[in-house]
Amino acid sequence: MKPEWNQWAREFKEQYPGANSALMPLLHRIQAEEGWLSDETIHDVATLFDLPESYVESVASFYSLFFRNQVGKKVVHVCVGLSCALAGSDRLMENLEHRLGIKEGQTTADGEYTLLEAECLAACNQAPVVQVNLRYFEGLDPERPDVLLESSKSPEEEVKP
Amino acid sequence: MSQKYYLLRNREVADIDRMDVYLAHGGYQALKTALTDYKPEELVDLVKKSGLRGRGGAGFPTGMKWGFLPNDGRKRYLVVNSDEAEPGTYKDREIIEKNPHQLVEGIIISSYATKAREAYIYCRGEFLFGAEQLQRAVSEAYAEGFLGENILGSGFSVDLKVYRGAGAYICGEESALLESLEGRRGNPRLKPPFPAIAGLYGGPTVVNNVETITNVPAIVTYGAEWYTSMGTAKSPGVKIFSVSGRVSRPDNYEIPLATPLRSLIDDYAGGVLPGHKIKAVIPGGSSVPLLLPDKLDTPLDYESVLQAGSMLGSGGCIVLDDSVCMVGATARLVKFYREESCGKCTPCREGTYWMTDVLDRIERGQGTEEDLDTLMDIADNIGGKCFCPLGDASLGVLVSAMKFFRDEFEAHVREHACPMGAKLYDTVNH
Repeated sequence: MKPEWNQWAREFKEQYPGANSALMPLLHRIQAEEGWLSDETIHDVATLFDLPESYVESVASFYSLFFRNQVGKKVVHVCVGLSCALAGSDRLMENLEHRLGIKEGQTTADGEYTLLEAECLAACNQAPVVQVNLRYFEGLDPERPDVLLESSKSPEEEVKP
Repeated sequence: MSQKYYLLRNREVADIDRMDVYLAHGGYQALKTALTDYKPEELVDLVKKSGLRGRGGAGFPTGMKWGFLPNDGRKRYLVVNSDEAEPGTYKDREIIEKNPHQLVEGIIISSYATKAREAYIYCRGEFLFGAEQLQRAVSEAYAEGFLGENILGSGFSVDLKVYRGAGAYICGEESALLESLEGRRGNPRLKPPFPAIAGLYGGPTVVNNVETITNVPAIVTYGAEWYTSMGTAKSPGVKIFSVSGRVSRPDNYEIPLATPLRSLIDDYAGGVLPGHKIKAVIPGGSSVPLLLPDKLDTPLDYESVLQAGSMLGSGGCIVLDDSVCMVGATARLVKFYREESCGKCTPCREGTYWMTDVLDRIERGQGTEEDLDTLMDIADNIGGKCFCPLGDASLGVLVSAMKFFRDEFEAHVREHACPMGAKLYDTVNH
């Protein structure tokens, strides 16, 4: 356990009438630092909340954005919702798989990228869309996956072709 | 077709997300009016008179929902549902990212009306930028004295917190949302009791959608009569429709309710893509049945869309044209429900799994005649047999597609292939 986790847990707990409401904020905070939630992290968080490990695991495993396996530095979520599919998201996914040399659900050997499907990301007017570390890249050309990988160095900027 | 915007007002104003710019454009005037000119009960009456209905999908009258809170002295909560994840819907995201103060202002007025002492925005986990925008707006509102103790000297106090979800469509269902906010898996609760009686931390709670709350400042400013002057008697006011799919100008359009579907598609969204014909429209998000082109003159209000065989839902309007394989499109949408089923009820958990499997098989040309009956049999075992609406929601498009486009399903079986080349369906079984 990192020394600051205890303090974060205390601060989050103070914000809510029910102590367990602080659980997801703490998991978010730790994952933002560590990149994912290891078994050890689940154990430590359970200790901080005086909860069974199984309880923390039940919460962490329910939500798709909590990663229980190690992920790359950049998590690429390709929206595969219907509106994005109509705009070529399957082709975009194929091209990304080819470009990164991995399949959806996998992480590159150098630990840089994890490629995942996302359900509708609520940007259907800009289809197809992708999130890199939850930052939007909109109105993409399915044949130009490199745009994502190059500009993901500065993920604050959205791609506007 | 030119329409004055109220919910999406100032969308063209740069930096409208900043307090100074929002104030310069008349921001928080409605809050001042509400706190100065109205008692809380009068605001509840005002919203009742406006006929405003919940914009998250169910369309329940907002003022009536507020009126259900018992007067038993317990601490009240207002929870704003910003877990927008219904495929085809992206209206709330525009509001929270581009004009978060308008929502915050609506929340403060609504908290005053419902006498909530504590308010939460439950923000979809994927909306990281949205959560940052909201957090900044909330901080600015505290600094300006619009949140916290004794707001603008009115004696009214409320605290507002932004809470991040972590990726679960089901948390858009209000009782699952409350479970999540209390630090649990997002499994829906048994109702009754409804949140008004036993909601967040067991206290009386109102849960309202982002767009719903965004209506409140406008209703305070312009009055209930202004609101009821638009739409129909049962579906008054304005609504944002998110148009996507095979149209020329996909975007959010705010229009008076009862505007014909054809007008939304042709006059606002620029019509179906050149050289194509509309095949079907999903008018209210992925959970509602298809409408065929012969229903394009349906007025977009809750009652008329229901009468036409679908639902107004969230207003996520997906236009499908003659280039779209209905089997592939259906498979894509049903797969969404398979991914998002919370797993609590067997019919939904297993049924969405098998429907996706069977649809996948048909789309790949490996289906049989029997598969078509199997699909309807599974659907029959889900419909009305689940704890929450997600199971039923997975059937809207499927059942209507099987009814209207059975010939396409049969062609896939007969030809042992997708007649349109299965372009849409290549990644489904990852």
